[in-house]
Amino acid sequence: MSGDPKLERIAKGNALALCATGTWTASFAPVLERMVADAEKLAGGPQSIFIDVSEVAKLDTFGAWLIERLRRSLTQGQVEAQIAGLSANYSSLVDEVRRVRATPVVDRGTITITGMLEQIGRTVAGLAGTVAGLIDMLGAVLAAWFRVLIHPRSFRLTSTVHHMEQVCWRAVPIIVLITFLIGCIIAQQGIFHFRRFGADIFVVDMLGVLVLREIGVLLVAIMVAGRSGSAYTAELGSMKMREEIDALRTMGFDPIEVLVLPRMLALVLALPILAFLGAMAALYGGGLVAWLYGGVDPEAFLLRLRDAISIDHFIVGIVKAPVMAAVIGIVACVEGLAVQGSAESLGQHTTASVVKGIFFVIVMDGVFAIFFASIGM
Amino acid sequence: MTGEIQNPIIRVRDITVQFGSTRVLDGLNLDVKRGEILGFVGPSGAGKSVLTRTIIGLVPKIAGSIEVFGVDLDSSNTSQRRNVERRWGVLFQQGALFSSLTVRQNIQFPMREYLRVSQRLMDEITMAKLTMVGLKPEVAERFPSELSGGMIKRVALARALSLDPDLVFLDEPTSGLDPIGAGDFDELVRTLQRTLGLTVFMVTHDLDSLYTACDRIAVLGNGKIIAAGSIADMQASQHPWLRQYFHGKRARAVMG
Repeated sequence: MSGDPKLERIAKGNALALCATGTWTASFAPVLERMVADAEKLAGGPQSIFIDVSEVAKLDTFGAWLIERLRRSLTQGQVEAQIAGLSANYSSLVDEVRRVRATPVVDRGTITITGMLEQIGRTVAGLAGTVAGLIDMLGAVLAAWFRVLIHPRSFRLTSTVHHMEQVCWRAVPIIVLITFLIGCIIAQQGIFHFRRFGADIFVVDMLGVLVLREIGVLLVAIMVAGRSGSAYTAELGSMKMREEIDALRTMGFDPIEVLVLPRMLALVLALPILAFLGAMAALYGGGLVAWLYGGVDPEAFLLRLRDAISIDHFIVGIVKAPVMAAVIGIVACVEGLAVQGSAESLGQHTTASVVKGIFFVIVMDGVFAIFFASIGM
Repeated sequence: MTGEIQNPIIRVRDITVQFGSTRVLDGLNLDVKRGEILGFVGPSGAGKSVLTRTIIGLVPKIAGSIEVFGVDLDSSNTSQRRNVERRWGVLFQQGALFSSLTVRQNIQFPMREYLRVSQRLMDEITMAKLTMVGLKPEVAERFPSELSGGMIKRVALARALSLDPDLVFLDEPTSGLDPIGAGDFDELVRTLQRTLGLTVFMVTHDLDSLYTACDRIAVLGNGKIIAAGSIADMQASQHPWLRQYFHGKRARAVMG
């Protein structure tokens, strides 16, 4: 049945016979290609060539194509080439292959320096488009929100509650755990360094201001961008891929109202709650470390905390939370709805959602810092 | 001929598959002979796709044995299994093309993994496969999301055939195609079966396919094969579901 393929040359007067034997299948493709390439050099030699395939033990598309390739290149080289000895089993396969049009292979586009520069240029130029897209989505969400205010019955309470559960309730354990640990670390580092100046007690000031004003909300927002922003993008993206969003549209629903608004609302409500819980956990962790490691007992800690911070610090922190939530939500939904047909695109947009979400959260934090500094809070 | 009958290409014995407490397949036996096109029918939800997926190893079974090309898939080692997988091709119901690869890359993917072939030959074979399944060469550079439903099925078939398999599984290949497209597809499967000497395991609901393409038909019901044989056997059967299936309004329309 099997055997190494061969292509023997037998001269018959003016004509030449090429006798193919053995197994002409894909497994022997490298050998077959070399033999065929050798035989192609015969073009221009003898007047006519018979390719005798009667002794071929096994033939598949690869073998049949190579025989056809040989015949074509010989014919091009002004040789009368014919395939002979085809068994009934294989003649239809060879006929099938003969119908194949040889098409020049399209250049696959190589990576060049100019191409890379062009890519960078396009990305930079696309930044304006990104910002415009975000503003676009903000407008669409606000418009949907006003529509819902006018017709409260079109509000999707079930969906909103479901998303609240996903992004708020289920996020509580991990958020509390991480902020607790961060609080511990801040307190430990503070005590370790402040002790040299005998200023142990000021760790409470630092912890209070840092946690309530900055770390609490910023850290929670970054975690939410990674946890829920990515989920939103992936959900909306796969719905887009499977034409579910088009289906909604054709049924007369606005995808922004049905899909985006409940998610945005859930996020805007969830982030202040999570930021509050996170700040409390961080203060608790910091207090614990201050007590066990720094020797500041809880009573002294609370007394000092009351002196060090005012309600302003808390307000400065918590006011940022819904704005950051809106930024994360808008970025995630814009990216989700921008997903194209492929799995690769879904991955790219989910990555972009998290990266851009975190970036804009930090930018917003900077803007807020400038704002609060100028109004003296 | 008798030797070939004694040596079926797929041999399924006493297969039982259960999802939770629902038993989908219950001691099922099935043989697929070399070189035949087996049409596999049954009511929706009877477990046709489950059986296909069990044979190709995507669904775990709780009892029974499966032999493909004489290799018991449970006791085989990795290299034996790879060898079997290299010799079969699968056309999934939705095509299951890799969405981030072009048509050309989709078809070349198995070749790249299993064969050591030059890029030129791969490109040429890709064109040959596309021609065989009735597509134009221009399609090669498109992405799956840019193809119509019928084209996706054809490309998926070309990918299933890319290694010149001995056996192909087709899961509802003509569903979602227009009647002309479906007829072409049946014709195509027949032609390929003749030219490449394929064995075809085809799950279908399409009566036309059963009449024009299939050599033999197996019917699934209650987790077992309730009948197997030629189209004439099916028509003669007294089983209530078969009577309804082959003598219903649509069946009469097909038979003319």
